[in-house]
Amino acid sequence: MSEQLQEPDLVPPHPPGWTEEKVADGFSVPATPSEQPGFQISQRAEVRPGLEGEYLEVAIGPHHPSTHGVFRMDAVLDGERVMKLKPVFGYLHRNHEKIAEMTTYLGSMPYTDRLDYFCSLTNNWAYALTVEKLAGLQVPERAEYIRVITAELTRLLNHVCLIGFLTHDMGALGTPLMYAFREREKILDLFESLTGARMMCNYMRFGGCRVELPSGWLEAVRLLVDGFPRFLDEFDNLLSTNEIILARTQGVGILSAAKAINSSVTGPMLRASGVNYDIRKVDHYGIYDRFSFRVPLGDHGDVYDRYMIRVLEMRESLEILKQALRDIPGGPIIDPKAKLRNFKPKVGEAYGRIESPKGELGFYIISDGSANPYRYRVRPPSMINLTILEDMCLGHTVADTVVILGAVDIVMGEVDR
Amino acid sequence: METLEQIKVRAEAAISGVRLELLANGSVATQSSMLVDPTHAIALATFLRDDPELRLDYASNVTGVDWPDAVTKEKVKIKRVIEGVEKEVEETIERTRPGYLEAVYHLYSMELKHGPLVLRQRTENRTDRVHVASLTPIYRGAEFQEREAYDLYGIQFDGHPDLRRILMWDEFKDYPMRKDYVEPDDYEYEPTPHDEVLEKAQRHYPEGGQP
Repeated sequence: MSEQLQEPDLVPPHPPGWTEEKVADGFSVPATPSEQPGFQISQRAEVRPGLEGEYLEVAIGPHHPSTHGVFRMDAVLDGERVMKLKPVFGYLHRNHEKIAEMTTYLGSMPYTDRLDYFCSLTNNWAYALTVEKLAGLQVPERAEYIRVITAELTRLLNHVCLIGFLTHDMGALGTPLMYAFREREKILDLFESLTGARMMCNYMRFGGCRVELPSGWLEAVRLLVDGFPRFLDEFDNLLSTNEIILARTQGVGILSAAKAINSSVTGPMLRASGVNYDIRKVDHYGIYDRFSFRVPLGDHGDVYDRYMIRVLEMRESLEILKQALRDIPGGPIIDPKAKLRNFKPKVGEAYGRIESPKGELGFYIISDGSANPYRYRVRPPSMINLTILEDMCLGHTVADTVVILGAVDIVMGEVDR
Repeated sequence: METLEQIKVRAEAAISGVRLELLANGSVATQSSMLVDPTHAIALATFLRDDPELRLDYASNVTGVDWPDAVTKEKVKIKRVIEGVEKEVEETIERTRPGYLEAVYHLYSMELKHGPLVLRQRTENRTDRVHVASLTPIYRGAEFQEREAYDLYGIQFDGHPDLRRILMWDEFKDYPMRKDYVEPDDYEYEPTPHDEVLEKAQRHYPEGGQP
């Protein structure tokens, strides 16, 4: 009987020519990307039985619903894990800068709406602020308050939509996004009654704003600000401690503070990494030195922190809105000396920047004394925040890449310009 | 932050052989800039980033500017002897400034919360000697923006790890943001051009009007 039991040993356990070591090696777990220094795209893994360790080059996008527009990520995958990832964009490029250099200063104001089409009012403000810096224009008190109110409403709108899209990327199809869009509609209605357009507002002018507030508008904003915390609490209760969201976002896409600064990351992404840098506090542009608000900071720099920073920033925006609605004075909404037609600033240059919902939105304008800008440059926060995308995605799965990209908050109109 | 003059003095003491020039800004914003030669740009950027009083650790904006050849006319009064009599004659002198491309960096400090310091590099001309030093090894945030300046202006950033076109497609030949860029007749290939496109295209056809 004992001889029969030993019989299976006579069957060779491996195909001929294979030693014990080779088999153990062939079926071992491949090294993680961090253990592979100097990885290059041309360096192919040895083909082993069972397909483990074979790298696959995949283009994620440009027509993929999770890439938020026509955006492509050329990824090299080891199974599900990302080994290399290069963002490719430019599909929506229409050379906004060249078009702006061929038209007058005022002529490109409506075109700035089309950069980041969620936040047209902050785009307007950044451009108006830079030209005011260039030409030395003063903005009346009431216009400054209107700018703050519209900009903070834009921040609410952007952040609430971003959270909706982020949950959508994680597979919560529809419901949280519809909750977010319900609130967005309320804000868009306010914009429509103020500027005549829901998204392409074209509201700011050099030295002030375009039209006076319609009657009852401030009351409508007050009503929205009073009701918004209730929605935020609901959203917070639903999502912030949701088990799936915690599992999908915590520890994913970690970005250290030093790396974030070095790669010029700005906005909520930077603050999620724990760097206290909010241009509203640093530059005090407009009248932001009059309001008391706090700058929320993250601890870990992962996707969950980026989500949480946005929730907290919305609460601070509501604080600013309350103070602005309380203090808004009467008076003119545009500097009576400001010239809209035949506007020619002196020779020189200026760089102006504001804290847009996505990060630092800057405009750099060189004037040669004519009616058209000689050089017009947009510093797009969404594009520059993508610089570090590869570093955040390495070693994560493809599904995590989608979430990391979602938390960067990009709008292709601004990335490609 | 210190004034640009103070920074210039300290930087020239710290980096041997660096040539710095301050360029005034005529506008109300008075953001004057500092011009550095490309060979010492990396050393200067390292100095600006690591100096404890400056700590300009954040490259906010990187872009290119095109300055084509410019002719400036100036009227000068010259004394000349005409037919034995000394007369004052007004003459126009034409000066040609050779064109160049310019890379502009706006540096801020996130640690000390000051800025901006505007740093500029210039190429020698606009055709073949279009090299400046890439600051991507110092500021990672300049990576995509330098690629964009290369794409749209044709500035070659020496030392950039991955200098490829970023917004235009890889096969594109020209640099569209340059002032002398000529738009193509037709943005999309048409085998049978008609109307305005045909009118434009006929300029390139040989005599007879057929391709």
